[in-house]
Amino acid sequence: MGVQAVSVSVVEREFGELALNMGPQHPSTHGVLRLVLHLSGETVLRAKPAIGYLHRGVEKLSEHLAYDQLAPVYERNDYLSPTSNSLAYCIAVERLGSIEVPRRGRFVRAFVAEWQRIASHLVWLGTLGLDLGGALGGGTTLYMYCFREREKILDFLETLTGTRFHTNVNMIGGCRYDLDAELSARSDRLATEIEGALPELHAMSGGTSIFQERTRGVGVISPDLALSVGVTGPTLRGSGIAHDVRRAVPYDAYDELKVEVPTRTAGDAEARYLVRMDEIRASIALVRAITAGLPPGAIFSRKPIKNPKATKLPAGEVYAAVESPRGELGIHLVSEGGPRPHRLKIRGPSFANLQVVEHLLPGGLVADVVAILGSLDPVMGDVDR
Amino acid sequence: MIAALILSALVLSVAMTIVAYMTWLERKVAARFQNRIGPYHVGAPHGWLQPLADIMKLIVKEDITPRAADRVLFNLGPVLVVVPALLGFAFIPIGPGLAVANHAYSFPFFLALASLTLLGVFAAGWSSNNKYALLSALRLVALVASYEIPMILALLVPAVLSGSLSLSGIVEAQRGLWFAATPVIGQLSLLLFLVCALAEGNKSPLDLLEAESELVAAYNVEYSGIKFALFYAGEYAHTLAMCTLAATVFFGGYLGPAFLPGFVWLLLKSVVLFVGVLWIRWSLMRVRIDQALRLNWLVLFPVALVNVFLAAFWAAGR
Repeated sequence: MGVQAVSVSVVEREFGELALNMGPQHPSTHGVLRLVLHLSGETVLRAKPAIGYLHRGVEKLSEHLAYDQLAPVYERNDYLSPTSNSLAYCIAVERLGSIEVPRRGRFVRAFVAEWQRIASHLVWLGTLGLDLGGALGGGTTLYMYCFREREKILDFLETLTGTRFHTNVNMIGGCRYDLDAELSARSDRLATEIEGALPELHAMSGGTSIFQERTRGVGVISPDLALSVGVTGPTLRGSGIAHDVRRAVPYDAYDELKVEVPTRTAGDAEARYLVRMDEIRASIALVRAITAGLPPGAIFSRKPIKNPKATKLPAGEVYAAVESPRGELGIHLVSEGGPRPHRLKIRGPSFANLQVVEHLLPGGLVADVVAILGSLDPVMGDVDR
Repeated sequence: MIAALILSALVLSVAMTIVAYMTWLERKVAARFQNRIGPYHVGAPHGWLQPLADIMKLIVKEDITPRAADRVLFNLGPVLVVVPALLGFAFIPIGPGLAVANHAYSFPFFLALASLTLLGVFAAGWSSNNKYALLSALRLVALVASYEIPMILALLVPAVLSGSLSLSGIVEAQRGLWFAATPVIGQLSLLLFLVCALAEGNKSPLDLLEAESELVAAYNVEYSGIKFALFYAGEYAHTLAMCTLAATVFFGGYLGPAFLPGFVWLLLKSVVLFVGVLWIRWSLMRVRIDQALRLNWLVLFPVALVNVFLAAFWAAGR
């Protein structure tokens, strides 16, 4: 009788099509993404992402907090690269309010953002390892090795800012913490260490034939698809389009720095892996360039903030974007004067990148689903906000 | 009769203890691979009481049977996994002519029992009435059943070389030279066996049955408490049985210099092989199901077939 129950409820249409609800509680959906998969055997016929499980109403909250109170709130959006979020917001406010940022402040903000990009990419590589190798296998080993390197970066950021992760370094009009000679030297040593660890990480992941077989030709995003869906960041650059906000619309110190934009043309999961690995190297080059050419001067252009509500912006509208580790992170801010935003919209790169999933998954196997998702590097806090 | 009972009780309890401590060993070894320490606080030197604590915890946890599950098969599954895996140890010779069941055909018996555990896994996957469990059961049918073929072909080689189907006979035939040292044929069949044992024992890179990044916990996703513990015990017992079998048919089993008793040699060889399995498991990522099947049918199976013929010629020419 029990067998009867199984064949009615589980095997839909006599093995014809199996609707599998993957997530929101699933080890490989990077948080609380839910995918409704329609399977034939193990082959995916259709896939539909369902999002919204991590919605916290940050955009609405923005209408109730003063400008100077908001930057730390956004650091919780894309929780793997907190600095990028608050940086985009600060730049938006600075542009609308014509607030000057001292040159040194711009360099230090870029410095922290680049270190967090490296840390974020290390988390991505580790979790991709978990997706491909599983929690009871070689994947965890890669994960631990990546986190060992990331831990050094967090330690360094703790020394710089007092916080390991949500560094709160960005303020409207500059930044909060300054680099000294000792920290610059430590950053250079750390850069050498991380650079030295990269070949080892590659040998454990992209250098192995199993990894290559799992990612090569899997989840191919054509340049046309990438552009029509609005994919940005390493995912776009893996499809051969060399677009990077840091070079296209330079912000902060990036107009004075030489930003290398690595690309690959294959558009598959392996291409995205290679682009991100190259980006780690590019970011290492950037932090070296910043410590070498750090200009003297102040890091904050305004007086110490006593009353956050005292900061007022003129009426107007502005869009500011930064290149977060996941792509173009934009803030669209509408002000009607006064101490609070009238309306604020966040363009999360993970949200746009996730739209491609529907096109990539059909035709692949269940195992490819996790490989593709892992290669896109979505952060659900960035998707749902 | 009484001697046989005592021996079987002894082998069973020793095997169970070793299985429990294999979990501890695995956690320690994996931790060392990963720049960690592993269990440390339960039991003074290096958390040696951890397995007992784990068992205690799993016994007192709530035992859930899903309402829509097939109750009989669901409860039978873990038993079907553990019992055959432990029964296999009865056929392993632990000294010259010394085994719980010293049968003339102990080798095929052992293999038949090892395959029976898969039935329990399939029962669990099917009866759970869970889609992830079902996918795991489908993978079992596709994958593990096909890896049986090259594994048995690889294990035919020691039987052919020794001209015996009893494990004792195979061990005794290795007095001169371990079969693992037989040029080409021995190493090839050992390699084939290890690859297939990874698939059978559900170990990375061929742990497709329990691919938790894809299928959550796969066939045991609905199990909790002591039934989950039984699956775990069954998996480790199965892996240990495979390592012991490899030690027996390829590395001379209980044979070794006389300063240690035979069963200690057997245990040492098995543990070394087990650590080797762990080494592979904690280093490599998982292959995809189609890649695993392609490897099996296009590489392992033909090579194993040719290898058996080579072994037959080698044995005939001796």
